[in-house]
Order: sequence, then C-alpha cells, then structure tokens
Amino acid sequence: MTRDNQLWTWHVLAGLVIFVFLGLHMLIMHLDDVIKIASLNPAGGHPIDWANVAARAKMIFFPVTYTVLLGAALFHGLYGLKNILFELHLGAAFKRAVAVVLLLLGVGLFVYGTWAAFAATALARSL
Amino acid sequence: MLTAKGYPNRLGVWGWLGGGRWGLERYLYTLHRLTGLGLVFYFLLHILVTSSRAFGEAAWATAMGRVTGSLFTVGEFLVFLAFAFHAANGLRLVFIELGWGVGKPFEPVYPYKTSVDFQRPLAIAALVLAALLAAAGTLDFFVLHGEVMP
Amino acid sequence: MDFTNVKEVTYRVRRFDPDRDQAPHWEEYRIPYALGMTVLDGLWLVKELHAPGLAWRSSCRMGVCGSCGMLINGSPRLGCNTQISELATTTVAVGPLPNFNIIKDLVPDLGPMFATHRELSPFIVRDDHEEMENPSGEFWQSPEELEHYLQFSYCIKCGCCMAACPTYATDPLYAGPMPLAQAHRYNSDSRDHGFAQRREVLAGERGPWRCHFAGECSRVCPKGVDPAKAIQLMKRELVADYLRLRSQRCPAKLAEAPKGITRREGVPEAPAPTVG
Repeated sequence: MTRDNQLWTWHVLAGLVIFVFLGLHMLIMHLDDVIKIASLNPAGGHPIDWANVAARAKMIFFPVTYTVLLGAALFHGLYGLKNILFELHLGAAFKRAVAVVLLLLGVGLFVYGTWAAFAATALARSL
Repeated sequence: MLTAKGYPNRLGVWGWLGGGRWGLERYLYTLHRLTGLGLVFYFLLHILVTSSRAFGEAAWATAMGRVTGSLFTVGEFLVFLAFAFHAANGLRLVFIELGWGVGKPFEPVYPYKTSVDFQRPLAIAALVLAALLAAAGTLDFFVLHGEVMP
Repeated sequence: MDFTNVKEVTYRVRRFDPDRDQAPHWEEYRIPYALGMTVLDGLWLVKELHAPGLAWRSSCRMGVCGSCGMLINGSPRLGCNTQISELATTTVAVGPLPNFNIIKDLVPDLGPMFATHRELSPFIVRDDHEEMENPSGEFWQSPEELEHYLQFSYCIKCGCCMAACPTYATDPLYAGPMPLAQAHRYNSDSRDHGFAQRREVLAGERGPWRCHFAGECSRVCPKGVDPAKAIQLMKRELVADYLRLRSQRCPAKLAEAPKGITRREGVPEAPAPTVG
C-alpha cells in the first residue's frame, strides 16, 4: 500500500505542476483581454469560440499539456477530497468506499479526458 | 492502548472553523479547504463539458449553450476567484510545509515568536498575489468583455 | 480592561458528574477578586465557597507541570499561567480541554494522547545497547546540535496544542501536535539513531500529513515549543528521505574519559558514590 509520505509528496509536486499549467490555461481563457497572446487565441473573439478551440487543438502542444494538467489536477484534487472525507472519521467501511470511488472516478475521467484531447486534435486536423 | 472512557468532547467540524478562537492562518486553512472543494467539484463537471469538443463543432455549441447565462458567468467568476486564492495560498503552503519560511529552532524566550509569526509575511504576500489575480480576472470577466459570455 | 476596582468576578464552569449528569452543563459562581489572581486561584475559591465537588487537575501552579490545561474563554490555556485580568472580561468561562473525553468536570482523558506519544518512541534510540543499559560516559554534543532540538524539548505535555488543532478535532487517528513534535525532537537529537524506527509509524496515517498549518498549536503553546514548526521540519525530513535526498549521519559518539592525566596538587578525591 502506498504510504502517505509518498502520496503527499506527489500531491505537492502535482500542485506545482498545476500552478504552471492551470496558470497558462487561465491566461488563455480568463485573462486573454488583460494579457493578449495572439498565438493562443488565434481567431480573436472569445477564447471558447469553436475557431479558437479548433486552432488550439491542431497544435500538439495542447493535447499533451492538457493531459499533463488533467492527470496532475485529478490526482491533486481527489487526494485532497479523500483527505477531507477521511478526516471526518466516519468509519473504516466509509473510508474504503471513498477510496475505491475516488480511484475509479479519477482513472475514468483521466482516460476519457485524454481520449477527448487527442480525438479533438485528430478532428481539428482533418477539417 | 487505554480504553476510551468519559463523555465525548471532540469539536468536530466546528474545530475546523476555529472552535471559537480565530487566527489568520486558521481562516486561510478553512478557506483553502472550501476553495479546494469548490474547484474539485467544478473540475469534474468541466472535464465532462469540455470533452464535447472531440465530437465536433455542433456538439461543442450544444455543450456551450448549456453553460451560458449570467448565473454561469457569475459561477465561473467565483471559480476563478477560488483558483486565485487556492493557487496563491497553495504556493505559500508548498514553502511552509517543506520547512522553508518557518524559521529555525531556537531557545524560546517569552514573549514567544512562533513559526506562525515568522511566516506571516508569506501569508500577506499570498493574499496580495491572490488579490492581484482576482483583480485581473474581474477586469477580464466584467469590464473588458463587457457582456455576458455567449 | 482595568481590573483595579473589580471586587468580584463570575466563573462560568462546565460541570459534568458522570454519576449524576446526562451531559455537561454550565454553572455560574461569583467569587471575590484580588489583583494578581490566576484562573487557577479562582477555581480554588469556587471549590472553597460554592462547589466542593468541582474537579480539575493542577499541581505546580507555576506553568511547568502541564496539569492544568483547560479551555479558558474559548482558548486552551494553563489555568495557573492565565491572569484573570488578562481576559478582558469579568466573566471567566472555564471548560475542559476539547478533543478529549471528559472524565469529570474539567478533567480530560489524556490517555489517547500519551498512548500515541509512546508509539513514537519518545526516547533516545541507539544501536549500542550495552552503553544504553550501563552508561560509561557522556555523548558529545555541540551547542549548535543542541539548538536543533532544544526548543521542542520544553514541552510539558499539557495537551493545549491538541485541543487547538483543527485536524485532531475531527480525526482521532491523527497523531496530533504533541506526539509529532516530540518525535521530531528525538529525530533531530544528534545522539539519536531512531529515525528509521519512527519513520515506520510516521510514513502512514499517524504521520504529520494531516497537518495543514492552521498554526493554532503554536499560538496556544504555553512554553513556546512551536509544534507547528517541528511538524513542518519533520515533513521536510520525511519527504527528503522518500526522495533519497536525506543525508545520513552517525549518532553522537561517546565522550571517553581523558587518559594519562594526573591529579593536581591539593585537589581532594571525590567521596565514594552512594548510589549504584
């Protein structure tokens, strides 16, 4: 069983990874009018217009960094959620159930999200 | 291990809120938890919504159509604020919880200067960083876009 | 608040008699006040004048034994160390330390805290068993090496930090600030070689990982032990150990008696030992 000292170390490292990559994501999505970086929103307009989404999907940089961010954020967030639920100390059965559910949720969403990132790239490049 | 005896007296979740005694770092701890919970629940839904882009423009438009309106804009803004605080405070926690910024052990002389006092500048810096991020976000959400997100 | 003209104060005490009461409840008593009275002095007056059955722990009445930890006006403090005049109100609310079961009135059950403390081997652990059983001399330790752990050795095990900790408030499996700070006190003692032994306990649920630096433990500590600092330093050590970045060190060597010395003129022999 992975001990807490290992999981916690990765939790902190994931946090640092998120700081960088989510910072970049926020720059593109929610700070685009304050700090304009044309190459990240090439079609102008809103960052979530399909034109911008497709343009970003074409660059391999994005599915790769999205996958890294997805993995780090799922681990960081679900480990934190697990800690909060465990600290409520609601019994061993509850803890086991929480651990299983969060693990399945995390792996499931990671697989789905990674597939979606690369599928979007394939789709955008075919357009 | 001794068997427990006596009347139970744990503070429970009220203990997370300070149990009646408040210090800045206690507020920061509670707020870090709350923003973390908000972010993780938002994130789980966010993955599902944004993955629709893999299914083409029409699917994307449908998904975006479901998350527009002033309620969602305000909600997204709150998520941004949560991110601003959680990231800035999180950076502070990375330093502190790895032992930097808490000071070295020294022989205590009353009145005691603790690690809490020692790291106070870091806490203020984290709050300033969070405020700057929040200000930039406010500008982008409500001033420069000037309209509810389509 | 100026206490020079205050003649009486009100004590709101959390009473609980396991033989008679279903649950703890508050009771109020008025006692005469004189400048300089501590909360503990007031409790003795309450017992003398109003409530002979009132129970609490106290001993040294000078802040070194750690017996009289209680919740005073919402803060875990030592009763003997707290002047009524520093409370800024003439109503003194006294309750038992939270996060421990109540045995009676103001007496908490500190057993779980001491059991955890024992689990973390709070003593010098070394390989030279013969020397530990039959010590022949001192261990070398410089003043700099002493500074690494001296602050944490001031702990009087009063339990105030445990009462203030938000994690310990919900999670009895968390070791708590006192046992963890004491484990770190021994880990950073240059005479000790028990890090690997304590790590077995600390790497798991009993470790410092549920600490999120609320800092309340250090704020309430009556001796300035700063358990929060000890716990963060311990995390650094455990992470460095996991990432194989921790430098190994040998435990302090035995300081052997000097050889080939002669007694100076006029210095008398020591008297024969009376013990051992």
